[in-house]
Amino acid sequence: MVQPTSKSSDSSQGPATADTQATTPGSVSRRGALKTLVLGASSLAATGTLPGLGGYVQAQSAAPIRIGFQVHRTGIGAAYGRWYDRTSRAAVAKINAEGGINGRPVELIAEDDGTDPKRGAEVVEKFVNRHHCDVGFGTLFSHVVIGSSPRAGELKLPYFVVSEGHHVASGKLNRYTLQPGITDVRSQVQAMAPFVSSTLGKKVTMLYSDFAFGHDHRDFFTDAIAAQGGEVIATIPIPPTETAFTKYFPKIPRSTEVIYHVLVGPAVLTFVKEMGEFFGPSSPAIFGFIDSLEAVDIASPGLEFLEGSHFWEGHPRYAQADQSEYDKAYRKAVGVDENGASVSDSRDVSTYAHMFGCWETLHVIKAGMQACDYQGPADRAKLVEAVESIDKMPHSMEHPQGAKIFNGKTHQVFGHQYISKVEQSRLNLVHTTSIEDTFYPDEVDYTTRTL
Amino acid sequence: MEFGPHLILALLEGSVTAAVLALTAAGLAIVFGMLRVVNVAHGEFFMLGAVFAWFVTSGLSELANVPPAPAFLCALIVAPIATGAVAALADRLVLSRIGYDPERTIVATIGLLYVLQQLTLMTYGPEARPVEAPFNTRIALPWFEQGSDGWALYWPWGFGTTSYKLFVIGAAAGLLIILWLLLRHTRLGLVMRATQQDRDMASAFGIRVNRVYAMVFGLGAALAALGAVLVVPIQQAHYLMGGDPLLMSFIVVIIGGLGSVAGTVVAAIMIGLADGVVSVFFSATLAKIIATIAVALVLVFRPHGLFGRRSA
Amino acid sequence: MSSTDWRPLALHLSVIGVLIACWFLLPAYHSGNLARILVLAAYASGFNLVFGYTGLLSLGHALFFAAGLYGLGLSMHHAEVAALPAWGIGVAAAALVAATTGALALRTTGVAFMIVTLMFAQAGFLTVLYFGQWTRGDEGFVITPAARTAFGFDLADERVRYFAALALFAFTLLLVGWIVRTGFGRSLVAIRENEQRALMLGYNVQRIKWIAVIISGAVSGAAGASYALLFGYAGASFASVQYSILPLLWTLLGGAGTTLGPFVGTLVMFYLIDYASELTDAYLLLVGISLIIATLFLPHGIVGTARKRLMRWLP
Repeated sequence: MVQPTSKSSDSSQGPATADTQATTPGSVSRRGALKTLVLGASSLAATGTLPGLGGYVQAQSAAPIRIGFQVHRTGIGAAYGRWYDRTSRAAVAKINAEGGINGRPVELIAEDDGTDPKRGAEVVEKFVNRHHCDVGFGTLFSHVVIGSSPRAGELKLPYFVVSEGHHVASGKLNRYTLQPGITDVRSQVQAMAPFVSSTLGKKVTMLYSDFAFGHDHRDFFTDAIAAQGGEVIATIPIPPTETAFTKYFPKIPRSTEVIYHVLVGPAVLTFVKEMGEFFGPSSPAIFGFIDSLEAVDIASPGLEFLEGSHFWEGHPRYAQADQSEYDKAYRKAVGVDENGASVSDSRDVSTYAHMFGCWETLHVIKAGMQACDYQGPADRAKLVEAVESIDKMPHSMEHPQGAKIFNGKTHQVFGHQYISKVEQSRLNLVHTTSIEDTFYPDEVDYTTRTL
Repeated sequence: MEFGPHLILALLEGSVTAAVLALTAAGLAIVFGMLRVVNVAHGEFFMLGAVFAWFVTSGLSELANVPPAPAFLCALIVAPIATGAVAALADRLVLSRIGYDPERTIVATIGLLYVLQQLTLMTYGPEARPVEAPFNTRIALPWFEQGSDGWALYWPWGFGTTSYKLFVIGAAAGLLIILWLLLRHTRLGLVMRATQQDRDMASAFGIRVNRVYAMVFGLGAALAALGAVLVVPIQQAHYLMGGDPLLMSFIVVIIGGLGSVAGTVVAAIMIGLADGVVSVFFSATLAKIIATIAVALVLVFRPHGLFGRRSA
Repeated sequence: MSSTDWRPLALHLSVIGVLIACWFLLPAYHSGNLARILVLAAYASGFNLVFGYTGLLSLGHALFFAAGLYGLGLSMHHAEVAALPAWGIGVAAAALVAATTGALALRTTGVAFMIVTLMFAQAGFLTVLYFGQWTRGDEGFVITPAARTAFGFDLADERVRYFAALALFAFTLLLVGWIVRTGFGRSLVAIRENEQRALMLGYNVQRIKWIAVIISGAVSGAAGASYALLFGYAGASFASVQYSILPLLWTLLGGAGTTLGPFVGTLVMFYLIDYASELTDAYLLLVGISLIIATLFLPHGIVGTARKRLMRWLP
């Protein structure tokens, strides 16, 4: 995983490189490194066989582009992290098979952040000062993004997050943090309101995790549904650590026409199940964000009750009848079958509605690096400017989820949203929003900030 | 929903919480009462119970097509035994070697917590997985109302429970009675109490104290696992599910008077029911804040717990 | 230990000297890590004062760390207070919280004290979530880089950050080193060793413990405020129970009741995770096993064992 290749010739980096060698299994042992030092000039030729030094001497242009991949391997985000990992590796394999970036191969340097903002910031430092990565990439959970982003800004590391949080577009972060591969929660939520009010009902009760992500849903949806002539008649926040939910359901007003739910965490299956048990056969219409059931099989015992309910999906999990050729090829590349599960284990359900963001972001990084003829860390600022000037992203193999429009000022991408209905334990696409449905006025212009 | 049915519903939900909590906390109380150590990994034994239950039920249904009910029964026996064995092993390998020193035990059990979590993540994975309940029928409950022609029964919207939830309450009560009989009326209970009261004396009477300690540690873990197996058809097995049960068990054991199993059970029932009822009146997060501060203040003014004696 | 023993002070000063030299000798990656470790070690030292020296096992120090973190963070974020006064607000908030919760919690002892402190910290954590409108809950908020200046120095600059962290740690180390040599410090140890005896000797045990909790809370709060200020982020994860357990872990691993133990424990733990995560995805397994091995073979922590075996004068 850790390659001792050091492109930076800064003398203060010397000891770090030696450490890296000593702790990397299968590369150079400490003894080997010491021997090299002791034997001196006569044996210098021998060091040509060491992968790190050899690569460095040979040709700068052939050294890999190093993408620091901040991945949730442990902690609460681990189920997502596993699929972000698989998708990113598939995307890198594709990019390398097509000749890499600017003639150089791409290498992912993965570091676990434990889904923790403190460790996340440390990992960003590690990417810059230890692994000498060109960019940072891949963070999902909002608190890790917000905790890590200040360090990325200070170290001037282009930091591409795949988080769907509104943090980037809200202007809270910095010039070096971008979200070009996945839409943000504000535009997702806003685009749902017309469908909900016209198809499901106008009086909505919201149940959401009582933390920032849930509050974003509450605030943005309340405004959006009001604009459609509807109304949120009750909001029921649920603590993120909750494991029993029935006691919350009596608070749902009798006049509710639509229940809107968005919960995150390992207990969401319980939530849906208990909601079914609560209502029995006489339930209002139900609309949820698939975040509640990412990596969970819709056909799980207890979820029968979801039959007929609707979900937002970032990317339809089940292959649809009119599936695009891009979706088909993308599915194959990341190893997902037409039910959205791993081809090697049908019980291993993917986080299909989010993970396309990794694939697309890596292709945006490639496009940006090609546009500015990226050569190395000295060109990081140029890369940020190059990505900022990207505008339209057509539906393509690079963007299998659909066409997108990138807003260089807010560093946020906008795209189609999908609404699916559960029919025979399968999610069938019933509505696709336009990209324009997801627009809202800019809240920030990052391009005016210093690079 | 009207106030009456809402309150009953909250009490029913609270009873399920209380039932599982009582089993889990009783395990912690036995260990604390006997060994005087705080087992930070107790929540992980709870998690292991749920994970073993998933392995047993899904394995049986996939390999041998066993229907949910017998598979669950099998899990109810296998998972606690397996968890208890893991705990007893940890006791022999680690805790007994550090002489149950309170402080070192905390670090060692934190280490154990990491080991168990990571091993589960590597073998079982990061997903939350469901275990199918052996039976699960929705039971609509009636309520009465004074209408124009006197009192009448009706079925309020959403007012109900499930047969499995009622089973959890009953099963936990049954298991706790068995535990009480075990501690009071068997040789094992006698040996345990003798060792607790005077270790050296027990040793002099030929009791193999080390073996008793390992058994107690295993029994404590098995009780946590039992609670988990009962609740896993309602919740799901997840490798990070141990945090909350640990915290709640801690509270319950202390309120219950440190190591007293009877006090612990009463405290579990109180706290479980309170958890349900407070949510009727307050927003959930605020309810949790109030409940936590209330627990702290109870201890401040009754330092030995509600049911503990001053000499505890 | 004679009161004129110069060795502890000399040791502390040379540790600080070595840490100054580290900035010039270490590559950027390690000096960056060390800046974090120093702030967290200050936190652990504050914890050690109550746990290691007074014998009070608090499981709620995250409350004080978070009081400092949010005292600074919220006043900078919402009221645009300058960094230095905001830091003062953070420390004062932590001291105040410590004084209040301490006065209540100290009515209990032993395990009940553990739970009461744990509960107060849990209530604090939930309060941060509950007032999400101000705190942004779990997600937290960024502290504007432009505001992170003190005495004209840019605290986001690597060098300034390192020396600010070192200053905090050095102050804490010397403070604790000084306290444990005073009569007050000896009364703390007397309480730890035998509270009944201390009472009979005429110590005002409750008051002494309370003052120790306040100092400890203020130091923890200073660490929390510094962490937010130097690394530009405040979020609810720092108020969670994990951050109450961590200083206990660092202190026990390094050696409870030793002045340098918390630093050594924090340092070892940090690099254990950092290197293990490069070797394997299952680094938590390595960390867990290492902790178990440490308890088996280093019963008094690293520095504590060194004191027992090698240098009895270690502070």
